[in-house]
Amino acid sequence: CALAWVYGVSRHRRGAPTGSTSNWIRGQSSLAQQPLHTARKPRKGEHKWAAVVGLEIHAQISSNSKLFSGSQVCFAAPPNSLVSFFDASLPGTLPVLNRRCVEAAVMTGLALNCHINKKSLFDRKHYFYADLPAGYQITQQRLPIAVNGSLTYGICVGKRQSQVTTRTVRVKQIQLEQDSGKSLHDDLRSQTLVDLNRAGVGLLELVLEPDLSCGEEAATAVRELQLILQALGTSQANMAEGQLRVDANVSVHHPGEPLGVRTEVKNLNSIRFLAKAIDYEIQRQIKELENGGEILNETRSFDYKLGCTVPMRDKEGKQDYRFMPEPNLPPLLLYDATSLPAGADSQQVINIDQIRERLPELPSVTRERLVQQYEMLPEHSFTLLNEVGLLEFFQNVIKETRAEPKKVTSWVLNTFLGYLKQQNLAVRESPVTASALAELLDLLDSKAISSSAAKQVFEELWKHEGKTPTQIVSEKKLELMQDQEALEQLCHSVMQGHPQVVMDVKKGNPRAINRLIGLVRKATLSRADPAVIKAILEKQLSCHGSCPPA
Amino acid sequence: MWARAVWLGLRAPLGGRRGFTSKADPQGSGRVTAEVIEHLERLALVDFGSREAVARLEKAIAFADRLHAVHTDGVEPMESVLEDRCLYLRSDNVVEGNCAEELLQNSHRVVEEYFVAPPGMCCPEWFNR
Repeated sequence: CALAWVYGVSRHRRGAPTGSTSNWIRGQSSLAQQPLHTARKPRKGEHKWAAVVGLEIHAQISSNSKLFSGSQVCFAAPPNSLVSFFDASLPGTLPVLNRRCVEAAVMTGLALNCHINKKSLFDRKHYFYADLPAGYQITQQRLPIAVNGSLTYGICVGKRQSQVTTRTVRVKQIQLEQDSGKSLHDDLRSQTLVDLNRAGVGLLELVLEPDLSCGEEAATAVRELQLILQALGTSQANMAEGQLRVDANVSVHHPGEPLGVRTEVKNLNSIRFLAKAIDYEIQRQIKELENGGEILNETRSFDYKLGCTVPMRDKEGKQDYRFMPEPNLPPLLLYDATSLPAGADSQQVINIDQIRERLPELPSVTRERLVQQYEMLPEHSFTLLNEVGLLEFFQNVIKETRAEPKKVTSWVLNTFLGYLKQQNLAVRESPVTASALAELLDLLDSKAISSSAAKQVFEELWKHEGKTPTQIVSEKKLELMQDQEALEQLCHSVMQGHPQVVMDVKKGNPRAINRLIGLVRKATLSRADPAVIKAILEKQLSCHGSCPPA
Repeated sequence: MWARAVWLGLRAPLGGRRGFTSKADPQGSGRVTAEVIEHLERLALVDFGSREAVARLEKAIAFADRLHAVHTDGVEPMESVLEDRCLYLRSDNVVEGNCAEELLQNSHRVVEEYFVAPPGMCCPEWFNR
């Protein structure tokens, strides 16, 4: 996605938040090597393409009860068992706002650097659908609870994707709204079955400005948002369970020219498909335009099996939602330390400052802390947080081992994660426990085994046969030779057996010493530390063979 | 669905602040076009079955337009008569639900604890019948 960035930088600078432009410039130059957004090689003088991606994200609020009613929020339950009279839109029922949902919205707004509107309003958005019993959804169209924030994420750049640079996407607004129920279409009998369990569950709609330019950026930004929501506890943000839904608005244009017609891509229920769908759509639009076609302002769905976007059923022209103020709800007023009315019932007022003080540690702060505390590189901290359960695993190993943090980091991120990825396993499915790895690292740290022996032990542990590292070491006789004398004898006899190599060493051939070390190692069945062997050999060589071992 | 469009009396966008008769319509005839009637019928699922119904609509709009007689320049609009009321905040406890049987009794058709929606309720063809 380099190309979009070559032009993207100037576009972003116009309204970009400060502090991140320098990173973008760095990112730009290192990205210049990557492939461009073109369908074919551009002819001389021809314009290149830039893509613009805007995301609309719906996050289900993690709460016990629904946004405007006291029925339960729960994932799998018997149909229509979690439905109150209000959720079923029976006449005479009224919405009653859930305090927890408001707090969740404020927390999320604060975590995303938004301005929290002390007064926000509720509206009705009208449309007819089987799973919307009232015929309207209560939302916040005119004046949402939070506006003008930013979401910062880290993207991998560099030759081997090893460096991390930060980018920012602006948050236009965050609003509270109701979720709809679920419809199941039975085409055979031409009927639609409706389950209202989900109807009325609180949602946070987050609208991001179109500051993203490719699938990877969108995926990374959404992943970071997931981590933030999970750290805050405001949403479990599990895409597979529908707790986080993302719609993407995609358009392409030639830099310097006006933005192109955009299409909306829906039905994206994993981060991986989000990236794929956006990139496919960008390429589709470029190809279409380069072939002289035009882009329709339509809604498309991502077809997983075909790996492409397809038009959804055409909506009747432009939807007219006939927004009107929700007549049953007064404005939502929030307070801070200075404006808090005296003697107010604490259950009836929301203090933004108090919520800010109680915010839990955000992922960016956690990463910073890891870098400081364990002297790891920023990219390591990103990997630790990105992989579900990995941070906890890492911290458990650290707790139980004597080995230094850098060693733990290296083993967890390289060896452990490498095995997981190879077999496509999640951390919680790992056959190796944190305790086992900690024990292994202790053995390594105390120099009981060599690092190559440790790798062997790890491979054995992965087989999950119930043996501890110590048991494996003794069974496979992987202990390092501790007998210094025996080792010295071995060195001496190897040198005696290979006079030519010894001559080469004395002649000053730098590779010859390694050959000697290798020979000694073989003789010890790899049970000696090469560094120790080298020291002994060098000592013996310097004696010019005139001081045989004792 | 029937309506007779005499001439284009409406220039203002739907839902615009000024309502259906606008300063842009010099004739001020207050006629509602067939296009608008169709649009309203789709959105609100009402049936303007006769010329009389459309005429009644036009009269209702004209009646409401008398609001324009009031000068509101510089006055903050009132969005809700509840604007001075306190919005009550409920604690996040589960106190309702678990009444599927009762709710399903209201439905004309039911399949195994699911409401059955009228056929085609979710597709555009229904709106174009």
